[in-house]
Amino acid sequence: MSKRVDHAKAAGNFLAKPDHVSFHDRRLWDLRLKRDAQARGLPEWETLRDLASGIKEHTLSHLAQYVEQFVDAAEGNGVVVHFAADAREHNEIVFSLLSERGMTTLVKSKSMLTDECAMRAHLEPRGIVVMETDLGERIQQLDNQDPSHMVVPAVHKLRSDVAELFGRTIGTDPANSDIHYLAESQRMDTRPHFLRDKTAGMTGCNFAVAETGTVVVCTNEGNADLSANIPPLHIASIGIEKLIPRLSDLGVFIRMLSRSGLGSPITQYTSHFRSPRPGTEMHFILVDNGRSERLAMEDFWPSLKCIRCGACMNTCPVYRRSGGLSYGSTYSGPIGAIINPTFDLQRFSALPFASTLNGSCTSVCPVRINIHEQIYKWREVISARHETPFVKAEVLKMAGRLLASPTLYRATIASLGGALKRLPNFLLYNPLNIWGRQRDLPDAPVQTFRDWYRENRKQPR
Amino acid sequence: MKVALFVPCFIDAFYPGVGIATLELLERLGLDVDYPEEQTCCGQPMANSGAQKEAAGAEAVFVSNFAGYDYVVGPSASCINHVRSHLTAIEQTASVRHVRAAAYDLTEFLHDVLDVREFPWAEFPHRVGLHNSCSALRHLRQATASEIDEPPFSKPRALLEGVKGIEFVAPSRPDECCGFGGTFSVTEEAVSVRMGQDRVRDHLAAGAEYIVSGDMSCLMHQQGCADRMKLNARFIHIAQILNGARA
Repeated sequence: MSKRVDHAKAAGNFLAKPDHVSFHDRRLWDLRLKRDAQARGLPEWETLRDLASGIKEHTLSHLAQYVEQFVDAAEGNGVVVHFAADAREHNEIVFSLLSERGMTTLVKSKSMLTDECAMRAHLEPRGIVVMETDLGERIQQLDNQDPSHMVVPAVHKLRSDVAELFGRTIGTDPANSDIHYLAESQRMDTRPHFLRDKTAGMTGCNFAVAETGTVVVCTNEGNADLSANIPPLHIASIGIEKLIPRLSDLGVFIRMLSRSGLGSPITQYTSHFRSPRPGTEMHFILVDNGRSERLAMEDFWPSLKCIRCGACMNTCPVYRRSGGLSYGSTYSGPIGAIINPTFDLQRFSALPFASTLNGSCTSVCPVRINIHEQIYKWREVISARHETPFVKAEVLKMAGRLLASPTLYRATIASLGGALKRLPNFLLYNPLNIWGRQRDLPDAPVQTFRDWYRENRKQPR
Repeated sequence: MKVALFVPCFIDAFYPGVGIATLELLERLGLDVDYPEEQTCCGQPMANSGAQKEAAGAEAVFVSNFAGYDYVVGPSASCINHVRSHLTAIEQTASVRHVRAAAYDLTEFLHDVLDVREFPWAEFPHRVGLHNSCSALRHLRQATASEIDEPPFSKPRALLEGVKGIEFVAPSRPDECCGFGGTFSVTEEAVSVRMGQDRVRDHLAAGAEYIVSGDMSCLMHQQGCADRMKLNARFIHIAQILNGARA
């Protein structure tokens, strides 16, 4: 039995730090506004969303064919391709590649997939030093935390938190929270590792082009290029849903990825990795880890269209106020709420309820994933599989019985004093007056609408 | 046309004035409106939590009350959205399909069906902040959402502009969710309250004397937050303003 992630409790802990919440909310809302401005700058924006969604749907519905084409092309380019059915296989392949070559360090750029696979936790006990070189991801590694956001992994931290962390871990002045000082210090700390012996490089993959066998990686720090281009071994971890058919399809996604996530027209670096440099090796690991199973889920397969831009997280009013760590997984925010239950329904059964179903996630998604509809659907699945917490399930049963009966309903609200005490219990799942902790209740009216109606409309006017 | 008034359960119990304003407004516009007295609830509180089995009884009662009408009009975008988009816990018979198609939120019924823009009896000489519920905004598409690039429109705003003396303020986040979210308001109490506080503060900072909405549930939550914070914010349903409430 896996322990259920308690989103509400973790969010409560985050909310107890008002400075953090205010900064986090403002910072991400600012990204949303920048995204809006970028989208408005392209008259064809909504058309691009249609195209991107269509390309992904096409690819996912012909996935075996495109995987095969990609593998053939990559092998033709001199790349060695591996298949990993799950996280364990992925991690074992990486470890074999390193240990067979006597490698002791892995320098890597940001990859949600390697976090999903908990790769660091596999490699480090086996003697491999793993060095995250993306600034945000490095901060999270040094703090032993998951990324709290797919694009800006340490966005929940204030710069004073980073100064304290770096002071503790990489020897900077903990009182100096100047952003340039901190970023430069992190670079000075990680960059020498690129040049050391017995060091391999790793990147993730934003897009895998079937036609050419190319892996495309988008970054703002150039660290993926260092990871790929200096060490004698480059390993790229690729989720099978990252495939797109042709190089000419790429532009649709490149135009939307950074505009959606960061509100910038394009990432600083868009790097295409096709074949190993002379005298070096390039290995691609194609990872399934539940993706084939998800592809077969009638209501939930469209989440595989996700390009990990982070737009749904930035716009989500719940995410902005609860912080990514409260989702208890690599994937947080609205996309996390629909992906995580496919891995472990029980563990992540609270996440589809960490939503007001406001739907703004769906509106900003560049590949038109029906995120809020999937959240709604997951709630039905969770209820049908009896994963609803006991008290809530009992209250819902009571409410269902009450509202199914006009007589019972009338009897319950007949006395308004009683109604104030009792109706919220039923309608708002309120056995401990959770409503009233930080909110007042409405004033008691003198009569219900129906009583007024009987008095005022039943007699001739 | 045969029109039935749907008064959502929490409006029946807590905000009868909103139900009265809705009825009086429809009558002013010349309609003969029935109120089927055996109605309870649309089923949303259960269905929204995924509890389809528990929603079925309420949904059946809803359909049996309203099957005989051309239009079912209720002052709640959220409940109407449930009926239209999610009333699926019971077998989709001809009556069920009819009721789902006949259900209208008051705002869209006035705007789209009756096509009314003038409310000569109404005067509201106050600065108001308009809070569109997420159901009204993105599910019933009563207004443009700020993240969508399309020619701006707003049905509730178009109606309120027919009221003398009303003045609109512009909160910095025009359509941020207030955090009510049904059972979310208690299962995710901390986040919900923070969202409500932020929403109210944004409206007040923009100079609003009143926050007006087509969804009383959003307002119940925001008012609960505002009163506890001792903020001087007032709340009113769109039906009340359109029916001529002065304050």
